[in-house]
Amino acid sequence: MICGPDLSQHTSTVTSANIYMGLGIDNSWSQEQFEEDFSIHINSIDEHDIEFDMRHVDPSIANAVRRILISEVPTMAIEHVFFVNNTSIITEEVLAHRLGLVPIKVDPALFEDKTNECSPNERNTVVLKLKVDCKRQGEEIINEKVYSGQLQWLPEGSEMPEETTCRFARSQAGAIPGGVDLVHDNILLAKMRPGQSIELEAHCIKGVGSEHAKWSPVGTAWYRLHPELEVLQAITGLMADEIVALCPGLFVMEGSGEQRQAKVTSARGNEMQLEKVRRLLSEEEWAKYLQLRKRKEHFIFTIQSTGALAPETLFMRAVDKLADKCDTLLGRL
Amino acid sequence: MEVDPGPSGDGLWGDPSKLAEPIKEVKDKYALLPAFLKVRGLVKQHVDSFNHLINMEIKKIVRAKGNERVTCDTDPNFFLRYTDIYVGKPCVEEDYIMSDITPQQCRLRDMTYAAPISVDIEYTRGKEIITKKGKNGQGAVIIGRMPLMLRSDRCVLKGKSEAELARLGECPLDPGGYFVVKGTEKVILIQEQLSKNRIIIDVDSKDQIMASVTSSTHERKSKTNIVTKHGAMFLRHNAFTDDMPIVVVLKAMGVESDQEVVQLIAPEPAYAGLLGPSLQDCKKLEIFTQQQALEYLGSKVKMGRQIFVRRTRSRVDEARDILANVVVCHVPVIHFDFQQKVTYMAFMIRRMLYATLDKSYIDDRDYYGNKRLELAGGLLSLLFEDLFKRLNADLKRQADAVLSKANRATQFDIAKCIRTDTISHGLEHAISSGNWTIKRFRMERKGVTQVLSRLSFISALGMMTRITSQFEKTRKVSGPRALQPSQWGMLCPADTPEGESCGLVKNLALMTHVTTDEEEAPLVRLAFMLGVEPATLISGAELHYRGAALVFLNGTVLGIHRRPLQFAHAFRMLRRKGCVGEFVSIYIQQECLYIAADGGRVCRPLIICDEGQPRVTEDHLQQLRSGKWGFSHFLRQGLIEYLDVNEESNSLVALYEKFCGPKTTHLEIEPFTILGVVAGLIPYPHHNQSPRNTYQCAMGKQAMGNIAFNQLNRMDTLMYLLVYPQRPLLTTKTIELIGFDQLGAGQNAMVAVMSYSGYDIEDAIIMNKCSLDRGFGRCVVLRKYGAVIKKYQNRTSDRIVAPNPPPGQARAAGRLKLLDRDGIAAVGESITPNDIYINKQSPLNTRDAVPVPSSLPDAAYKNTPQSWKGPPGESAVVDKVLLTNNDEGQLVVKVLIRHTRRPELGDKFSSRHGQKGVVGSIVPQENMPFSERGICPDLIMNPHGFPSRMTVGKMIELLGSKAGVCNGKFHYGTAFGEPSGLANTVDSISETLIQHGFSYSGKDMLTSGITGEPLQAYIFMGPVYYQKLKHMVLDKMHARARGPRVVLTRQPTEGRSRDGGLRLGEMERDCLIGYGASMLLLERLMISSDEFEVHVCTHCGLLGYYNAHLGCAVCPSTKSSEHMATMKLPYACKLLFQELQSMNIIPRLKLSEA
Repeated sequence: MICGPDLSQHTSTVTSANIYMGLGIDNSWSQEQFEEDFSIHINSIDEHDIEFDMRHVDPSIANAVRRILISEVPTMAIEHVFFVNNTSIITEEVLAHRLGLVPIKVDPALFEDKTNECSPNERNTVVLKLKVDCKRQGEEIINEKVYSGQLQWLPEGSEMPEETTCRFARSQAGAIPGGVDLVHDNILLAKMRPGQSIELEAHCIKGVGSEHAKWSPVGTAWYRLHPELEVLQAITGLMADEIVALCPGLFVMEGSGEQRQAKVTSARGNEMQLEKVRRLLSEEEWAKYLQLRKRKEHFIFTIQSTGALAPETLFMRAVDKLADKCDTLLGRL
Repeated sequence: MEVDPGPSGDGLWGDPSKLAEPIKEVKDKYALLPAFLKVRGLVKQHVDSFNHLINMEIKKIVRAKGNERVTCDTDPNFFLRYTDIYVGKPCVEEDYIMSDITPQQCRLRDMTYAAPISVDIEYTRGKEIITKKGKNGQGAVIIGRMPLMLRSDRCVLKGKSEAELARLGECPLDPGGYFVVKGTEKVILIQEQLSKNRIIIDVDSKDQIMASVTSSTHERKSKTNIVTKHGAMFLRHNAFTDDMPIVVVLKAMGVESDQEVVQLIAPEPAYAGLLGPSLQDCKKLEIFTQQQALEYLGSKVKMGRQIFVRRTRSRVDEARDILANVVVCHVPVIHFDFQQKVTYMAFMIRRMLYATLDKSYIDDRDYYGNKRLELAGGLLSLLFEDLFKRLNADLKRQADAVLSKANRATQFDIAKCIRTDTISHGLEHAISSGNWTIKRFRMERKGVTQVLSRLSFISALGMMTRITSQFEKTRKVSGPRALQPSQWGMLCPADTPEGESCGLVKNLALMTHVTTDEEEAPLVRLAFMLGVEPATLISGAELHYRGAALVFLNGTVLGIHRRPLQFAHAFRMLRRKGCVGEFVSIYIQQECLYIAADGGRVCRPLIICDEGQPRVTEDHLQQLRSGKWGFSHFLRQGLIEYLDVNEESNSLVALYEKFCGPKTTHLEIEPFTILGVVAGLIPYPHHNQSPRNTYQCAMGKQAMGNIAFNQLNRMDTLMYLLVYPQRPLLTTKTIELIGFDQLGAGQNAMVAVMSYSGYDIEDAIIMNKCSLDRGFGRCVVLRKYGAVIKKYQNRTSDRIVAPNPPPGQARAAGRLKLLDRDGIAAVGESITPNDIYINKQSPLNTRDAVPVPSSLPDAAYKNTPQSWKGPPGESAVVDKVLLTNNDEGQLVVKVLIRHTRRPELGDKFSSRHGQKGVVGSIVPQENMPFSERGICPDLIMNPHGFPSRMTVGKMIELLGSKAGVCNGKFHYGTAFGEPSGLANTVDSISETLIQHGFSYSGKDMLTSGITGEPLQAYIFMGPVYYQKLKHMVLDKMHARARGPRVVLTRQPTEGRSRDGGLRLGEMERDCLIGYGASMLLLERLMISSDEFEVHVCTHCGLLGYYNAHLGCAVCPSTKSSEHMATMKLPYACKLLFQELQSMNIIPRLKLSEA
């Protein structure tokens, strides 16, 4: 793909086998070729984020993974909030909405989907409790701010089964390795003044991002294409001085005096400079020297997990989901 | 008197040699503006005018000749004299206990925020004279209650700190300036009108020059015209039956010789010649003496009201009286000394002569210097005086009635007869209804007050600066609607509604102040001390001395001054020194010098320049920044002064320092102050096409957000709040000054300008579903419902009863499920349509006496419950319940119902550039395009919105916000701010973007979320501040399959609120006829509407009826069932036939076999 000053050219990827037949090229998809070429190289990984290069794959596949990550990998999120008392100024709807968006660290694979018919039980529901009173203690006010960390897990289930109809047959304590925790303890949920209090029970169920963004396991997941900067004609003399001064790091000077020549180090890693180059491309004198390109089959993939699951697990689950979908399709054909 | 010749000689301003130095830029001149607004607030004009009323004007009214004493026709010794009057502190009397009230209490309890008006009096009781005097700024006798303006001198909020305001339940950002009457907030809009007591030279319908003066004094209003007919001049006035030759009028006023007439008016030959026809007219009438002239005028006096009154005076006396007191009545005539009035009228004629020879002397009625603004204080003072007169007339009538009787049991005490209702109700009613009826001026104005719109903070603020004019909206004249150059800096050029009142409703600019009346007497003395020669001492010829000027004060002639320029200069020096009020203006026009100290002039502060050198220097601003100085220091030091429109046109004002030349007299403080508060929200308005700014001004008032800090304690009928309001990433200085950054009304949305899916045509926008899930555009609609528990004449009253729950259950079922034990819905319960929230019952009998009104049997009550009529299928929450007593002692129950909504298809959004659009489609995030950094737009806008609208400001806002997000700084887009550094330039913004690896143009490479391939085009993407407007689909959507019908015609009802049908109108009908779809027509117009089956007699053609005894239809005339047919027709048609029959027209149906 060529990134021109105003337009990108050749953006679409052609996978039809016969389109270049006339030129004698067979670009039909072959399993062997794919297996040989396809590669994943992880650039960085930590608790929440992962960045990896995915090469030699069709954009539709990369996009499918991205889309599944955003909307179809399940997580647990608060769906039902039962208020016992709320005398703070934040209204119940808004507080419930805020609670829903709090990421919860528990593996959704341990739970079943809760349909509307089935009553909440230990296999489909996680119960959290929030009980905060704001008081004045001497000079300071305690619990002026309510944070997500103050949510408590109730492994034994709801404390008011009459109202919530949530009855646990047995404790979840042993069933969930590591227990239920919150990804962030410092999310501000509400503010209060002395004398106000909030008491509620929040029930989490399993769901997917396509239904509501709170179940999306990723902050976002996206990819970009691998950039390349091609020098079409050697850049020498004053022009070389200019470009090296403009984009330090991206261009380096080789040789000296009249022989000096600007050489590209690598477009990857110097992304901050690329837009400057693209601006130059709109100038006629520069257009013939440089070309900015992107590799259409080389995806730099980033997954930012909300923290419920590790990013690499998310990727695996997304691929599994994709495989499931393919199976479903094959089964229906 | 010797006057300093020029400013350079003044010791204060340094040595003259420095004047040649290049002008140094004074940085941060803008800092003056916050200082200005700190002392002034945003609605000082309202508060000032009201303060003027309660402190000064009201005392003047009471002291006026006609008002001070009440006497009696029957007893010559009787009198009642008012010695003083006071407006007290806001309080209310309940159960004979006086208690203080706060505005918030009044809002919640549906009371009027008012203070007692009390007077000190002196009167006779029998033979003794009684003096009643109050103490502590209070009078002895209360005569009524005056609704108080919030933040006025008597208001409890005056001078309170933020914490104290919070304790009173008030928002510190609320500007005040309105009234609370019966619980609703009312604003008395500023009224614009033509100046009173000023001569306007104009042309009449026949293209003849005329002069007109609208004179106005406390007692009388009258309009005097001098017109030209066939070259001669005539006085035209309501008091005369005909136009009076002007020379006759002058002669009647004692100018007997023709020479004197000419000398008074215009001794110059060119003008004197024009007077010929007028003089001839007089001669033809053979009028040579004052007596003759008065007799002539006397014969033409209109016999109006006095037609039945016995004539007590001769015609001559009457004519003289009219000339003295009615014609140009604002010029005083003392002991029939007409000298001043003669000079005045001569001057009117002289100006007409000028205009006949040179058309440029014709005045422009739309020139803003000829306009006066009437504010709350002025309007209330008119009303108060009228009511006070009525009160006195009532007292007089009572005194007459009682004192005429010879034998009285008790002594008559007039102080006990004073009824407070006249004034209290009169004021309260006028403010709450907006009808201003003033009997003595025969004034009847409607819509003077409006309910303060609390839709958003901006709408409330915008209302306080609104000006309406008296012009008729239907008249097709463009002049009054057009933007006048003289409105520069005084009125906002952008903020005006569209449609019929376009240009007639205006708004004040940010720095505009409206003056109040100032005492005239000291100014008169000062003028004479500065060398004005009184008009009464000068002969006609001397009036028009070369180089001399007539001196006017508030439209009346003081005299002449031989060196007017020097006089004006001296006067200005005194004003800058603070010896004369800062709002007194002086200006020279043609050969006259005008001093204006009347109320209602618009003016604004400007920096004074000495020969192009601004007086405000860096040192002064240093003082300001350090907090040692305030705005008043600048005024007192003579660095800044207020100029009104007229004086402004005598000055040379530089926009920036670089434009200062040797002749420059003033320098603008900041150019963006020409805009008002509402237009001030727009970033980069100077890059937009001007109508777009006007559209935004209208839409900014409909945007949801935070209303005030006390919004959750308010009980307004309708409140729209945003759940997560934000402050704009791209702000302006105005936004910071008015506090919009603390009470935002919108959210910063990531906008991609591209087309998507085809659901974005015609300004529709595409929204990201996940953004909505995360809380974008979420809003709360709070609506107040309520009931008054009425008490009836027979001492019965309504009651609220608790529901009877079925045994063993805590709550009743069904519609009553919300109710608490007190019979009112419990707070926090979810409410669905038709649920009862107040279980009220009313007695069946409310008239006849009942033995024990407090304990009626249950059977004596009928249910009158209040049930919620919300949108079907939606559920809301009972947010608040308020129980209180109103000032009539009745229990008021108010229930606030809250509905939280997320944006849906069809909800209206708008940016701050008049670019509104509805949500066309909501798209899941995975289908949205994403950038190389993973950014996904919240909102997609179609690029076709740009070319024809030319809202370049929006593009710059997008760029600026994007840069702001990059470097973590709020960017500025103040109007005209680039030269003074109050707005970021596109160049600097682009620089920031490049530094952070973005394209300088704000365009990003996006990848399609659907195909996963990159888009060919680079997409303009960044944050833009979007407002959610109050128009939501949920409140508007409507469909009906079947439903209620109108009783009379049996056709479906009309309108959404009545669940009405959708009309297939005439034009739609035409289409179907043209298409030939006859069965569809039949269905729409009859079958689906008011189909009715009738029996028709085929012989007589009349409508028959069904006879139940015979079991068949019969003809109405023969009563036989033969020849009866049935047919279907619209019920309305049957109704028409019957109505025609009732007026003796027989419609007959002729049927034939189909």
